[in-house]
Amino acid sequence: MSNDETIPITIEFSGGLEILFSNQKKYSLALPAKDESGEPANVAFLVRHLCDKVMKDPRKELFVLDDTVRPGILVLINEADWELEGEDKYEVQKGDHIMFVSTLHGG
Amino acid sequence: MTTVINSLRQQIAICEASLRELRQQLADAEHIQRQQEKASRPKNPLVTDPTDPFDHDMNFGIPDDFRSEIFAVLEQEVKSPVQDDSAHYIRWPLERYEYKRYGRQLIMPEIGIQGQLRLRNARVLIVGVGGLGCPAAAYLVGAGVGTIGLVDGDVVEESNLHRQILHSTARVGMTKVESAIVALNSLNPNVNLVPYTSRITPETATSTFKDYDLVLDCTDNPASRYLISDTCVLLGKTLVSASALRIDGQLMVLNNPPLPPGDTNGGPCYRCVFPKPPPPESVVSCGDGGILGPVVGVMGVLQALEAIKTLTQKPLAFEPPSLLIFSAYSNPMFRSIRLRSRKVKCTACSMHATITPEALDSGSLDYVQFCGSVSPIDALTPQERISVESYAKLRSGVNPFTGTVSNKDNHILVDVREKTPFELCSIDGSINVPFSVVEATPSSSNNDMDVDEEDWIAQLRRSEKPIFVVCRQGNDSQITVKKMKQLGLDAGGKRYIGDIRGGLESWRKSIDNDFPEY
Repeated sequence: MSNDETIPITIEFSGGLEILFSNQKKYSLALPAKDESGEPANVAFLVRHLCDKVMKDPRKELFVLDDTVRPGILVLINEADWELEGEDKYEVQKGDHIMFVSTLHGG
Repeated sequence: MTTVINSLRQQIAICEASLRELRQQLADAEHIQRQQEKASRPKNPLVTDPTDPFDHDMNFGIPDDFRSEIFAVLEQEVKSPVQDDSAHYIRWPLERYEYKRYGRQLIMPEIGIQGQLRLRNARVLIVGVGGLGCPAAAYLVGAGVGTIGLVDGDVVEESNLHRQILHSTARVGMTKVESAIVALNSLNPNVNLVPYTSRITPETATSTFKDYDLVLDCTDNPASRYLISDTCVLLGKTLVSASALRIDGQLMVLNNPPLPPGDTNGGPCYRCVFPKPPPPESVVSCGDGGILGPVVGVMGVLQALEAIKTLTQKPLAFEPPSLLIFSAYSNPMFRSIRLRSRKVKCTACSMHATITPEALDSGSLDYVQFCGSVSPIDALTPQERISVESYAKLRSGVNPFTGTVSNKDNHILVDVREKTPFELCSIDGSINVPFSVVEATPSSSNNDMDVDEEDWIAQLRRSEKPIFVVCRQGNDSQITVKKMKQLGLDAGGKRYIGDIRGGLESWRKSIDNDFPEY
């Protein structure tokens, strides 16, 4: 297995989060298959990757706080709350659809 | 001339105030009249039937004692074929008008006679009578829910009308609850409407919620969303929660089934899904972010639908918890997400709950503090800020500080509102650098030669003229001034950069009354 192997996944932002990601709602991403320490890529690594490599906006705190996704953002793995899938320890699989949804409060 | 104008303005303001007062009084009077009519409507249908000539004669020009005698006889005659009123009641469980009015939903298996009776006996509380609450209330009143409580502390504003469909142009200035009651009464006078014209607080929540079967959260801020969810958990009420902003909406049915805290078979609450509130600076209101009328309308209608489904469902037929996401410009527009069940350590609905009825009622839970708030921005020194009056003088060519007359084009005015509002209206000669672009710019002017400086910075760097920054209310403009200085646009302090205090709202109020208010 080579080190530069990647996992193709789809990322989607909703509820206004796309503003932090150049106003682009959907990304097709090739995520490195291994994280910094050679472990299989999980959602925690994906979040770091998005923050460092994809997000151009300097307001990182509107996406990540205390090393995890900030309060008020739901992470959905293949149409299910990530709490049903093991949260940030979920190992990313080929073809996964991972969605970040900011909660809305208007009414 | 200005005194004439001012005096006319004053007179108009006084007239408008008394007009508002009169409208309120009219609505109150109409409401009371309707209630009285309802109360005084006699039980015997014969008495109020205007098509019956005998009834007409009886009501006009006949002595009272004679009339009561005749009625006593008639009443006996009417009763004779059927034994009494209750027998009639058992034969047809709904009143005659109800079969007609609700016929289109009555013939459906999802509702039927049982469903309609459940709706009639139900009590639903709608918290917030705005973009969500208006359509939700309209459909629930239309469907014949027996009692509906309406909670809102606000008054109707003109900028509400494009989406808050129960209110009207004539009722601007009236409380939202009163205005909604006028509209809902004309839609269906058979529903008992209960007004609550104050905002919900921890002290009032329990006493307001306790008599209702189901609650709709139609509010617009995180603090009230946590308060409403906690109260529903403590009182065992199912909660239909929705929200909307710009082109997106979200919907959840929470605490369903509404089992006591600690029972893991109960549905998750708002705190299970969102244990911590979002940072206050990430919370955007419809006033700041914008909202498309039908988007929030769709969400309110869906709340009414979920309420009807919940109220009429067969016992123990609970759907697994889900979040419905609506995105008006995406394909598909709707998407349903599976949600978690109750959180084992939830502070509201688990065995380890710390939110108790006592804590809630005592008012010791500060929801506003829990959710935090954005403090007013005060980022600049007084020297870095200019009043709209001084800026107006400067535009006329007079230096407000020295009094000397100079060239009008002696400065650059940067408007940092987003592109769309800038295109609506702007001060002559201003250039637009949207705040989102300012914020997305790294603040340290890194000296990486391979990174091209953004266009807006390069453009401003080409000139040496002082820069004035304006926005809608005078907050974003301060942050922009700071950023410009961090980027070195002030040439080490040699070039003036400042913001216009109070922004375009002050400009409109004090300098240019024609400037549109939006």
